[in-house]
Amino acid sequence: MHELSLIANLFEIMEEKAAEKNAKKITHVVLQVGKLSGVVPDLLITAFDIYKKDTMTSEGELTIKEVPLKILCRDCKTEVVKDDFVFICTKCGSTNLKTLSGTELYLEKMELEID
Amino acid sequence: MGKDEKMKTKEVMVLEDLLGSNKKIAAEIRQKLTDKGILTINLLSSPGAGKTTLLESLSEVLAPEYKMAVIEGDIETERDADRIRAKGIPAWQIITGGACHLEAKMIGKLLPEIPADLDFLFIENVGNLVCPASFDLGENIRCVLLSTPEGDDKPKKYPKAFTTSDCLVISKTDLVSVLPFNIERAKKEALEINPALITFTTSAQTGAGIKELAEYFSESFQKIRRTNA
Repeated sequence: MHELSLIANLFEIMEEKAAEKNAKKITHVVLQVGKLSGVVPDLLITAFDIYKKDTMTSEGELTIKEVPLKILCRDCKTEVVKDDFVFICTKCGSTNLKTLSGTELYLEKMELEID
Repeated sequence: MGKDEKMKTKEVMVLEDLLGSNKKIAAEIRQKLTDKGILTINLLSSPGAGKTTLLESLSEVLAPEYKMAVIEGDIETERDADRIRAKGIPAWQIITGGACHLEAKMIGKLLPEIPADLDFLFIENVGNLVCPASFDLGENIRCVLLSTPEGDDKPKKYPKAFTTSDCLVISKTDLVSVLPFNIERAKKEALEINPALITFTTSAQTGAGIKELAEYFSESFQKIRRTNA
């Protein structure tokens, strides 16, 4: 359960950005979570709800956008979305691959209330 | 209500990595240690896969020739650090007090205590095949252990630990004759999710494979020294 530690980082980033904008409240938070990010979205939501109490995000909602694992084969140039984690090109069998997406753990955007 | 009407809502794009601060600290640690010519290895596995025992065995091969030290990560107790110290190897214990993984800032705090003339710094992570995989500690090599009693189906069940590692050590191979563990199947699974993995099979009981693993670390260490020269 390292999700709580990640949520602590999230709040640090959020509150810094909100202060820059002189915001009073954070009302909505959108995260991008890759399929190979190693976190469980449901646990992130639980951790978020625990952490937000008594903060400027206390009424804030969390939306998680799951990002698929997408790889590019450097040999046959095929782009594939992987549901498993098998890093072998489904078209030509090459293992010379590049991960295009799926490892993200990003704060994408947030909605602020400003005076 | 009057007050609320004055409020306006604003959407702000951020696109910031939640692991950004950890990655930044880890990069600084890697730079500092590599500049000193120290090879850092992060050992990762589920509890009881044999990380401390592997370090004890490795110390017998490496310590006569090289200077090594160990950072131990555990939720509680100094036990692992004591075992390493009993081998004459300097060890620092990080007690996380419940946290299921080490983070770069924990290593960063210890950095001033790490002797500059070391050759190898091993970091034994908290026993857990999930959470430690997300945190770069500033290592040069990430090494994941899979012990034979755990079963050969683990790589795909815990993909992050295997996709982010540089080398895989299949440990406790002396038990393979009494277990339904197929070494080739385990290697194949692991290589399917990470074709770049360098694989080793070891038994701390018989000593099998320890020398080969020590050689791999020594070669990586020599590379760092050559690059620095």
